Amino acid sequence: MNTIANRQVICETLLNLAKDDQDIMVLASDSRGSAAMAPFANEFPNQFVEVGIAEQNIVGISAGLAHSGKKPFVTSPACFLSMRSIEQIKVDVAYSATNVKLIGISGGVSYGALGMSHHSVQDIAVARAIPGLSVILPADRHETKRMTEALVNHVGGVYVRIGRNPVEDVYESGDYEFLIGKAVTMREGTDITIIAAGETVRVALDAHEALKEAGISCRVLNMHTIKPLDEEAIVKAAKETGAIITVEEHSVLGGLGAAVAEVVVQHQPVPMRILGIPDEPAIAGKTPEVFKHYGISADNLKRVALQLLGQ
Amino acid sequence: MEIVELQLKAAQIRKDLLTIIHRAKTGHTGGSLSNTDILTALYYRVMNIDPDHPQDENRDRFVLSKGHSVESLWSILADRGFFAKEELLTYSQFGTRLIGHPNNKVPGIEMNTGALGHGLAVSVGMALAAKRFGKKYRTYCLMGDGEQAEGSVWEGAMAGAHYKLDNLIGIIDRNRLQISGPTDEVMGLEPLEEKWASFGWHVVSIDGNDMQELVQTFEAVPQVADKPTLVMANTVKGKGVSFAENVAHWHHHVPNDAEWEKALSELDSSIEKLKREGQVC
Ligand SMILES: Cc1ncc(C[n+]2csc(CCOP(=O)(O)OP(=O)(O)O)c2C)c(N)n1
Repeated sequence: MNTIANRQVICETLLNLAKDDQDIMVLASDSRGSAAMAPFANEFPNQFVEVGIAEQNIVGISAGLAHSGKKPFVTSPACFLSMRSIEQIKVDVAYSATNVKLIGISGGVSYGALGMSHHSVQDIAVARAIPGLSVILPADRHETKRMTEALVNHVGGVYVRIGRNPVEDVYESGDYEFLIGKAVTMREGTDITIIAAGETVRVALDAHEALKEAGISCRVLNMHTIKPLDEEAIVKAAKETGAIITVEEHSVLGGLGAAVAEVVVQHQPVPMRILGIPDEPAIAGKTPEVFKHYGISADNLKRVALQLLGQ
Repeated sequence: MEIVELQLKAAQIRKDLLTIIHRAKTGHTGGSLSNTDILTALYYRVMNIDPDHPQDENRDRFVLSKGHSVESLWSILADRGFFAKEELLTYSQFGTRLIGHPNNKVPGIEMNTGALGHGLAVSVGMALAAKRFGKKYRTYCLMGDGEQAEGSVWEGAMAGAHYKLDNLIGIIDRNRLQISGPTDEVMGLEPLEEKWASFGWHVVSIDGNDMQELVQTFEAVPQVADKPTLVMANTVKGKGVSFAENVAHWHHHVPNDAEWEKALSELDSSIEKLKREGQVC
């Protein structure tokens, strides 16, 4: 079982790259511990900025740094980074086209029993509504490493959302190319497609196995980039498999499912189901308890798939 | 309640909050311990509140802007009878109302907080409503010192003074530590008292772990007409538990079995000591 959280992987990767790239900067808002960025702060104090508990300020300062040729990585809890400072993200990052990477940590329901103020399950909806902002949810440590390397070279505003705890690997190694905006077909299939992103990719892969036992051939797409969305992969999946289920650690309003549905209804209408957190303050509890409560599980995916296929 | 009784109560609340955190294996230990005395003074002596009528329109309002240190508040609300004490055992468990931040589904909680920098603005609204519509209640808002880095705090400060809210009492739990270390290293705040004064507030600086001073200060408010009051409560993070005092990592560190037992025995000794001294005077 993997014991490295994605936030640690981002820190390690940036630490490595920052040795040869003085433009890489990391910012934190009393969050260097939760973002696992303390090693970076210690090693490169000149490339680290602490702004205190001030998420609007952190985005503004980053935009100014980017304007001055730096490559700022903002690391702050996803809930506050995405919503408290959304106007700074809209105006100072996206509208002004500054090269800021926003890393939302402990996203989704990772802060389980801390309640709705700390859950980040509307962030994808708001982030993807902003023109020019890319939105990425890496699935495991391998993908997080590849993504971080890609982000250093990518010019433009990006919102990344990761969770808190180590997640099980979905890739056997980091030996693959990560392309922003290009979905990865994790499993081939012909009867139905499950589209997932971030930590729910693991759930989708488990559902693939469960469906195989039931004689169903299920395609699994890892839609790590929710914006720009890989429309081609979605249309192809709709055409070739005839039914789609999305599963996400986000409100069912405005997230991955909504993004996929927008493509499906306009280009290749097929039956579809959207699984995620319903439109209510999520129940308190640990991530697995919350997932189970809302049916974000291989079992439930299997049940919904069979239903959708009329079986 | 007399001062000694309040001190005894605070020690008991510290035991309760450590116990729910230890049991749930999650919580904000340091900040809850630093503000226990402030909350005890307010909830057992100063504020006009009635557990049987939590929605009484004349009740004093309290907003825990530093919502993460809710464990002291849960312990106090249970002890004051806003809900059954057994419910404390559900703190942070699956499906509970007693989550890791104030939740106004629970009687006694006015506002949901947790994202820092929200409390003062809502408190300004509550105080403004009282002022405009002739209500006698007061509004108390407890903030963290790290929290002062949020710009919204200062927007609220400006409005509180602008509307001459002498029924509004801002309190800063000035324990000088936040998650990443000393507050003045993370984001310099000094001169903090002068900042509040320059925003038009009457500022009083006290020892926020001294029950006598707390009670005297709160009972003397308002000291200046037409000005909101800011109580700079100088506290010790982790107060009352020797090994947690002034240690940043106890912000959200959870006591293991041995630490929990040691903390309880230290608090029991201070209870014994208070009882002995209380009998003397
Ligand atoms: C808007 C926002 N940003 C970040 C956090 C995460 N957080 C919780 S507690 C805390 C430190 C608070 O420090 P301080 O205000 O000094 O409180 P205390 O030391 O009294 O616990 C932080 C950064 C938050 N709850 N809200």
